Amino acid sequence: MYFTYLRRELSGRTKQTVIVSAGLAIAIALVIIVNALTAGVRDAQTQALESVYGVGTDLTVAGAQQEPDERDDSRFEFDQDGGATADDGSTTLAQSQLRTEMGRGTLAAATISTISAIGGVSSATGALSLTNSTFSGELPQTTDGGTSTEGEAGTPPADGDQQGGGGFGGGSFDVESFTVLGVDPAVQAVGPLSSVTASEGRALDTGDAGQNVAVLDATYATTNDLAVGGTVDVGGTTMEIVGIVSSSSSDTDTASNIYIPLDVAQSLAGVGDVVSTVYVQATSADGIATVRDEIETALPDATVSSQSDLASTVSGSLSSATSLITSLGTWLSILVLAVAVVLAVLFTMSGVSRRTREFGTLKAIGWSNGRVIGQIAGESMVQGLIGGAIGLAIGLGGILAINVIAPTISSATAATEAGTSGRPGAGGPGFASAAQTATDITLSAPLTPWVLVAAVGLAVSAGLVAGAFGGWRAARLSPAEALRSVA
Amino acid sequence: MTITRSHTGPIAEPTVPVLYRLADVSKTYTQKKRVVKPLVGVDLVIPRGEFVTIQGPTGGGKSTLLQLLGALDRPTSGRLTLGDTDLAEASNSALGTARAREIGFVFQGFNLIPTLTATENVDMGLEPLGLTAAERRSRVTDALSHVGLADRGDHRPGELSGGQQQRVAIARAIAKRPRVLLADEPTGNLDESMRDEILDLLQTLNEDGLTLVVVTHDSAVARRATRRLRLEKGTIRDITR
Repeated sequence: MYFTYLRRELSGRTKQTVIVSAGLAIAIALVIIVNALTAGVRDAQTQALESVYGVGTDLTVAGAQQEPDERDDSRFEFDQDGGATADDGSTTLAQSQLRTEMGRGTLAAATISTISAIGGVSSATGALSLTNSTFSGELPQTTDGGTSTEGEAGTPPADGDQQGGGGFGGGSFDVESFTVLGVDPAVQAVGPLSSVTASEGRALDTGDAGQNVAVLDATYATTNDLAVGGTVDVGGTTMEIVGIVSSSSSDTDTASNIYIPLDVAQSLAGVGDVVSTVYVQATSADGIATVRDEIETALPDATVSSQSDLASTVSGSLSSATSLITSLGTWLSILVLAVAVVLAVLFTMSGVSRRTREFGTLKAIGWSNGRVIGQIAGESMVQGLIGGAIGLAIGLGGILAINVIAPTISSATAATEAGTSGRPGAGGPGFASAAQTATDITLSAPLTPWVLVAAVGLAVSAGLVAGAFGGWRAARLSPAEALRSVA
Repeated sequence: MTITRSHTGPIAEPTVPVLYRLADVSKTYTQKKRVVKPLVGVDLVIPRGEFVTIQGPTGGGKSTLLQLLGALDRPTSGRLTLGDTDLAEASNSALGTARAREIGFVFQGFNLIPTLTATENVDMGLEPLGLTAAERRSRVTDALSHVGLADRGDHRPGELSGGQQQRVAIARAIAKRPRVLLADEPTGNLDESMRDEILDLLQTLNEDGLTLVVVTHDSAVARRATRRLRLEKGTIRDITR
């Protein structure tokens, strides 16, 4: 009889049932979609970061930012033998330079040992971020009969691998730059190598230390028509290409154009036994904060960044999406849910008022308070469950639509202000402020089981809240007064 | 046989078992900041099997008395027993049990649940008894047959006439097999022919041994009663001739 009465009441009060259920459905669908989108954006953010910092990196440690007067301004310097002078007096110049990232200090390689010795550190490795810039061109004879022996590269465009062309007084020259990352071939589990896989040839391995070998990013190799078995000039040294790598994630790019052994990078750049960034993996997520504190104590001049700090370096439309979803989406969900619950409560209480005679009669014929409250709570609960089921369907439909449409959003990871100098600057000398890389990431909305549980839980909770208010009102109803009031 | 008195005087014991016994029962409540005393020192004994009507002017305390007899409310003072149960001192739960098992109610406005069929409405009265489904079905069928609506069980109240709705309400009240049927103006919303139908039915139930207490303004109803009481200004007197 309980369910018959419940069913008849809900179907007999269709308008109320539809309004309450629809309100809850919209709220729950919003909660599901916003949560799935939030998870999707978080995944995208992780992908963007992993492409740069490597899979499993919990902390990065970088050298302190240098003051402007400490900076080694990027400039090409040519001595008397720097070029060949032709009969017409013009001079042909070609020079390749390998430099560390502008404006960012380096760390002694011994820092890696220091960090590895800290309790709670599972693994640590260092990388040296370099930019290779090549100046090549022909300079005309100067009006005073001399030859220009020194030239500034100027300010090339601020995106990654760029070729800047220029000319003056009838001369012409090109400035070409690409990023080089010196990595420890022996450490694959953490750091930049953890996020790449060899699509051709092989990745760097332990035996490559000290060898003039290089692994190229697949996109860079294709663009520059380079292949395994060929060679590439890095800092004036010919490197054998042993592999082509691409990001482990199909949605993101790799962190560098070229990877070479760390010791070779240090030697070519002439910077000594230093690294730009140390990538640290903690033994457990709980210990990250402690490890961070200990590193900061041990290395007061270094900049330590956690994943959350790294996340703040993600910009572009991915950042906008994160902001939109975490702020507007969440608040909208809460607001709609609150409105739906209030609506359900008001309708239920109004229903109890309208049904005063009914409940008074039921009490008069012997129904207990508990039985009446159970009836009201049951009706509210079923309204909630109907709303939950419809909301679940709409939410799943929304998630499916997002995954089918698979919108692409762009992200950029900046390596300048947040102290996350772990990725190589994409610009050449003079491009320090443009040290960021753009990545297009396909946004997905993953469905997690807890979202389904949460949806049902929210629906039941909303029904319970409405039922509790309605039941409370009905419980206070004296049968004598109820019958008197409608007599 | 009904024994009543005013404030003073002895109460003669009836020779048949007593169903209700009221001794110096008063009821006071506040309505719109005014103290209302609908019942003042009522003494009353209602034996089993009697057909009692209570008449009187509007506001005379009839409905209040019916609510006390129906265990819907407690007297402010005095003693009120239904069989061995002291309704004046009983807990809410005990009052609920009394209403569920021993008292049947019939209201002027029928008070049927509009979304349920006649069968389901009758079944609602059996809900608190904890009977098996088969027993409930049997009692519902019997009750509807008793009021002549065996073929209307799947009709909703809106599909029935006023008289038929009141008969469904009576079926709901008698299906639990109560010791007493309390009716508040049961014919108040019915035309003359329907009124007679209901009165015939009530009289039949009384002849079958069911105690009836009916509040009414209708002298036609009162004429069918074995005992007629008049409640005026909170006091009761027997006007049976």
